Amino acid sequence: MELIRHAINFLSDPKILITIASLLLLASLKYPGKFYTNRTAFIVFGGMFLFLGLSVIDRNFRLIVTKPDNVPIVGMLFLVPFFTWFSLREAVRNDERAARGEPLIEQGETAEKVLSWPSLVYPELICMVLLTVLLIGWSIALKAPIEEPANPTASPNPAKAPWYFLGLQEMLVYFDPWLAGVVFPGLIIVGLGAIPYIDTNPQGNGYYTFRERKFAIGTFLFGFLILWILLVILGTFLRGPNWNFFGPYEYWDLHKLEALVNVNLSEYIWVKGLHMGLPTNPLIREGFGFLIILAYYLILPGIFARKWFREFYNNMGPIRYHVMMFLMLTMAALPAKMLLRWLFNLKYIVGIPEYFFNI
Amino acid sequence: MSNFVDRLKTALQALSPDNIGTYIQESQIYRSIFRVGVPDSDRKRMLVMLGSVFLHLHPVKVRKSGIRMRYTWCMGGITFFLFLVLTFTGLLLMFYYRPTLKYAYVDIVDLREQVPLGIMREIHRWGAHAMVIAVWLHMFRVFMTGSYKPPREFNWNVGVILLVLTLLLSFTGYLLPWDQLAIWAITVGSNMARATPFAGSEGPGAALLKLGDVSLVTSSSDARFGLLGGRFVGESALLRFYVLHCVGLPLVAGFLMAIHFWRIRRDGGISGPL
Ligand code: HEM
Ligand code: HEM
Repeated sequence: MELIRHAINFLSDPKILITIASLLLLASLKYPGKFYTNRTAFIVFGGMFLFLGLSVIDRNFRLIVTKPDNVPIVGMLFLVPFFTWFSLREAVRNDERAARGEPLIEQGETAEKVLSWPSLVYPELICMVLLTVLLIGWSIALKAPIEEPANPTASPNPAKAPWYFLGLQEMLVYFDPWLAGVVFPGLIIVGLGAIPYIDTNPQGNGYYTFRERKFAIGTFLFGFLILWILLVILGTFLRGPNWNFFGPYEYWDLHKLEALVNVNLSEYIWVKGLHMGLPTNPLIREGFGFLIILAYYLILPGIFARKWFREFYNNMGPIRYHVMMFLMLTMAALPAKMLLRWLFNLKYIVGIPEYFFNI
Repeated sequence: MSNFVDRLKTALQALSPDNIGTYIQESQIYRSIFRVGVPDSDRKRMLVMLGSVFLHLHPVKVRKSGIRMRYTWCMGGITFFLFLVLTFTGLLLMFYYRPTLKYAYVDIVDLREQVPLGIMREIHRWGAHAMVIAVWLHMFRVFMTGSYKPPREFNWNVGVILLVLTLLLSFTGYLLPWDQLAIWAITVGSNMARATPFAGSEGPGAALLKLGDVSLVTSSSDARFGLLGGRFVGESALLRFYVLHCVGLPLVAGFLMAIHFWRIRRDGGISGPL
């Protein structure tokens, strides 16, 4: 028992959790026909219910899962995987139909028109009644939280943002606030808005499919599931005092210490690599960092256009292609920085704290 | 005697639910409200959809594939319904809640302890959480069916703004209970604004904006100050958030939803394979 708990605590460490989840997503998209079936759903959701059911015996686990504000996030923990599985199963089925030359699931019924009353209005009414019942039941069962009156001098530990922003707060581990709190959220919004103008693939409009838009779906799922939902869940359940990591069965100890040994790139290069002191001029000191960032944004798109993304470049034209690459590279910057942190304890690639300019 | 029983029978028959129903449906009052009457023929079913403000959000006829739960998961509709629930419960909360340092917290406590059957706060809070999750799932569905592709690019963008508004609504509402949870969550959130490039006092580039020796972007003139109306989360932040939460943002969101729904129909109804 202890052993299993330790194992699960260990596996839920952000490094391992995020890596496993990403690999799992990748594998499932490589073999969608095997993953998105009824049988896997039984196994996965059965396993999740079992995990939750057994885990609530644990005091620390119960404490965090039954916090009233966390209950909807537990719900989300089931809803998001469910709808991921569901939409991809529909996609797999449609792809199989298309391969056999049969009409799509949706196609059988697109030509047919039905009267809104009652075909649409009745289900809507039922849906509204059910939702009302659900909300009322939920509200009777669970009191809305109210803590001590506001006290601007006593900050709680951990001080957490509202739950839906915990993904952004989690990014603060890897990036400074100007990126994690301002630039990235801004680019997420811009990037979402840009999707219809970047994705010029005319296929897969109005039906579930995976085969016809693998790249678009893969990218979106990685961003939505791993870089947003998973980080929200991590920030809610696995981050305790001082934003330290705590396993699901671990007590939130205020005094848990985590060694901070993170090192800037400039220090790696000048001090450890060249055995010199750090130059005083920040521009020289951070020169390498700047070069890396510039290369990342200016050279990579060209290389990709020539090697792997040639078709994209030809289909999309230069403007669309470069906007897409900029957005994708920015999205990839988060996992890239995560890896650098986990592998090399890298703190900043460019670090000019004098001007709050740290990357 | 038998005469009396007979008369009682006829009287009861006259009062049977069927007869009363017909009587009501033929009364002038009823006819003045519901022009069409019971939609028991296809013609009436069409007229009923056209005659009502609420129902005319929908077309008279819809593609069968579009109303399938397995296609839309009803998520857009659920989001909209939750918004309506939140508007209704929010309005009730406004009767009791005063956005000042003196009253905000006590009013919330009273909502729990003094108001009989008081679950409005609960419905509002859980409904708000549910709405956030529902918008995410709705966006996810729209992506997975490729429904952002032409001709729906613009409506997808209306949706993106609605998503941002939903998060802002929830963010501004989070402060209102004025307890420790509320002010520190908003403090953590709004601290980010301090790091806005050029516009935040601790953002990159802000130090460059100077007039002679005088810094233009300071903690009492930066983006965070503008958001909170002060250097920390205090009375003016509470008022600002309250006004935005109860009036400003719902109005904008309502407007955009009208556009969103209008565009769904202009773009040819719910998407489907051609
Ligand atoms: C027209 C619409 C709305 C009105 C008039 C309104 C009004 C209010 C009022 C007066 C409060 C303070 C009472 C309290 O905190 O319990 C409140 C709280 C709150 N509102 Fe709203 N609201 C509206 C819509 C929304 C929407 C659409 C959302 C979210 C998507 C939302 C999220 C919240 C949250 C999270 C709280 C804090 C809840 C709590 O702690 O009880 N509201 N709202
Ligand atoms: C407050 C938020 C929102 C409300 C109330 C809302 C409501 C709706 C409703 C009722 C529909 C009808 C079909 C369905 O239920 O799926 C719909 C469709 C649509 N929504 Fe939203 N929506 C919201 C947010 C969004 C967001 C965040 C996006 C995308 C980023 C979006 C993009 C779309 C698109 C493109 C359609 C057309 C889908 C199709 O034709 O298949 N909406 N919306």
